[in-house]
Amino acid sequence: MTLLTVERIKLFSTRSPWWCMIIAVALTVGLTAIFSAATTSDDLDSLTPATTQFAYNFGLVVMMVMAALAVTTEYRFGTIRSTFLAVPGRTPALLAKTVVVAGLAGIVGEITAIASWALAKVIQPDAPLALDTSQEYRNVFGVGLIYLLAAVFAIGLALLIRHTAGAVVIMLVYLFLAESLLPVIPRIGDHIQDWLPFIVGNNFIVAGQSEVSDGPPVIEGLPFGPWGSLVYFAVVCLVLLAAGLVAAKRRDA
Amino acid sequence: MIEARGLTKRYGRTTAVNALTFSVQPGKVTGFLGPNGAGKSTTMRMILGLDHPSAGDVRIGGRRYADLKEPLREVGALLEAKWVHPNRSARSHLRWMAASNRIPAKRVDEVLEIVGLTGVAGRRAGGYSLGMAQRLGIAVALLGDPGVLLFDEPVNGLDPEGILWIRQFMHRLAHEGRTVFVSSHLLSEMALTAQELIVIGRGRLIAQTSTKSFIESASDSSVRVRGPELARLYGVLTGQGLAVQEAPATEDSPAALIVRGTSTEQVGELAGTVGLVLHELTESRGSLEQAFIQMTGGDVEYQAGGHTAAGPAPGVPGGPGGPGGPSAAFPPPGAVPPPGSGTGPVPPGPVTPGASGGPAGAPAPPAPQPGAEARRAGKP
Repeated sequence: MTLLTVERIKLFSTRSPWWCMIIAVALTVGLTAIFSAATTSDDLDSLTPATTQFAYNFGLVVMMVMAALAVTTEYRFGTIRSTFLAVPGRTPALLAKTVVVAGLAGIVGEITAIASWALAKVIQPDAPLALDTSQEYRNVFGVGLIYLLAAVFAIGLALLIRHTAGAVVIMLVYLFLAESLLPVIPRIGDHIQDWLPFIVGNNFIVAGQSEVSDGPPVIEGLPFGPWGSLVYFAVVCLVLLAAGLVAAKRRDA
Repeated sequence: MIEARGLTKRYGRTTAVNALTFSVQPGKVTGFLGPNGAGKSTTMRMILGLDHPSAGDVRIGGRRYADLKEPLREVGALLEAKWVHPNRSARSHLRWMAASNRIPAKRVDEVLEIVGLTGVAGRRAGGYSLGMAQRLGIAVALLGDPGVLLFDEPVNGLDPEGILWIRQFMHRLAHEGRTVFVSSHLLSEMALTAQELIVIGRGRLIAQTSTKSFIESASDSSVRVRGPELARLYGVLTGQGLAVQEAPATEDSPAALIVRGTSTEQVGELAGTVGLVLHELTESRGSLEQAFIQMTGGDVEYQAGGHTAAGPAPGVPGGPGGPGGPSAAFPPPGAVPPPGSGTGPVPPGPVTPGASGGPAGAPAPPAPQPGAEARRAGKP
């Protein structure tokens, strides 16, 4: 508990987390609001709960950057050494940081998702935005879980790389290039795609969503159902975190 | 009480810290002296568990740093004043550090008061001057009211007022019975601050001695003399009643003799009358810096070739024409330091026999330390 308090004080006593949170929410909700407002009455049927989450990746990336920064700035400014002096076991302190930062990312994801959906409902009260099926619930409330796990992914990566620029670049290149280019490779691309963590993680949100929707992209034929996809994504993120924790423990601070 | 035994740190092929064995006692300020790059900071980081030793270990009050449950309550450290997030206020920084070891929040205000930062505690630490940052670092070290304190180059970049403040502050901490370990490359500063000195060069222990005897030995002049027949030379010089001490060969400088209370003329003439060849005859006179350089000289600079690392020293005592050279003056490499050399004052002399560190891989066994147990029991 004390270590959670420590990480909470650390996170909120600088400004960058606040900016990241504001940007994450504003970007995602703002885009959804514009989308909703621009939808004509002819297209109203396509404004489903899934559609309101079409921009969730924006906030996701911002929160992943925040999570990576929470680790790399500690290395940058040497406060990681102060942390390890206070908690020489290292792992408990880093786990506490993961809980606080990933927990915050999860809450921001949830706020973003619900606000996007609610705002769409306010702007277009006649659109079919009611949450009825389990798929629709996942579509909105599942977003927070993906934010949470993605933050764990970012922390694991940041613990391995330790430099802000390096960690952020690798993260963005992976997210936007690797995960979208690898599946294009002939013959084997499809098989690779089945195991790319963010594609599988996205499947948790979108599985079962109608294909004509404007929501996040649906990829057919992934090996897992929605919950299986979530578990797979979680395992990948936790393995990366574990690698980061082992590296932090072994290396000289 | 800090005890290091055979502490070694290697980075690839370079050895930053080489088989250091020393102890730091409570109740006095112990200076950790060495040129830049001698391995002082690396040693301190290993004491604090930040760097993992390649060999050997170091304990604080008998335990490894990593095994301390709430370490800030037992050990306070100022390694670098700038280990603060520049956009975080001093108070927030102290608050999270205090929270991590269940130190009451009111202690934060106390240490801010002690170091005189109360007025600026709410400002972002990135805007602090070096002196203020250094004070914040000291506040961090004092946070848990620890019995052991480590300061790495605390006066670097401070103005005279700040230097005086830190010096008096460390005296007060030691007077309260705490263990205070301060590193510096400034001998003159250490002479005013520390009662004990641990001197290292190129990662190796050169001497552990009291500052008083260190200065006494340093402030008289001495003659360094070297030749192919060291043992004969030794006999000739001691035969004239001169105080002669042996400076054992290191990797970079061959063995030599240090003669006190004499002049280069006298030594040169003595050698000449018996027809001894000399390779070196130099006088060094008294400043602390010179003594320091004389002691660490072989350990900071690469010397020109031509000298083999293994000087004549080890074979000398039994060598031909070595009339009665007391073997104590020529301890075999890696000899056990005389009991007490780790604690009390040692005979004056820039080189403490046996404390100069044996060859790598043969760390001197820990010297028996009379009263060590009693001191441990009385640890603050």
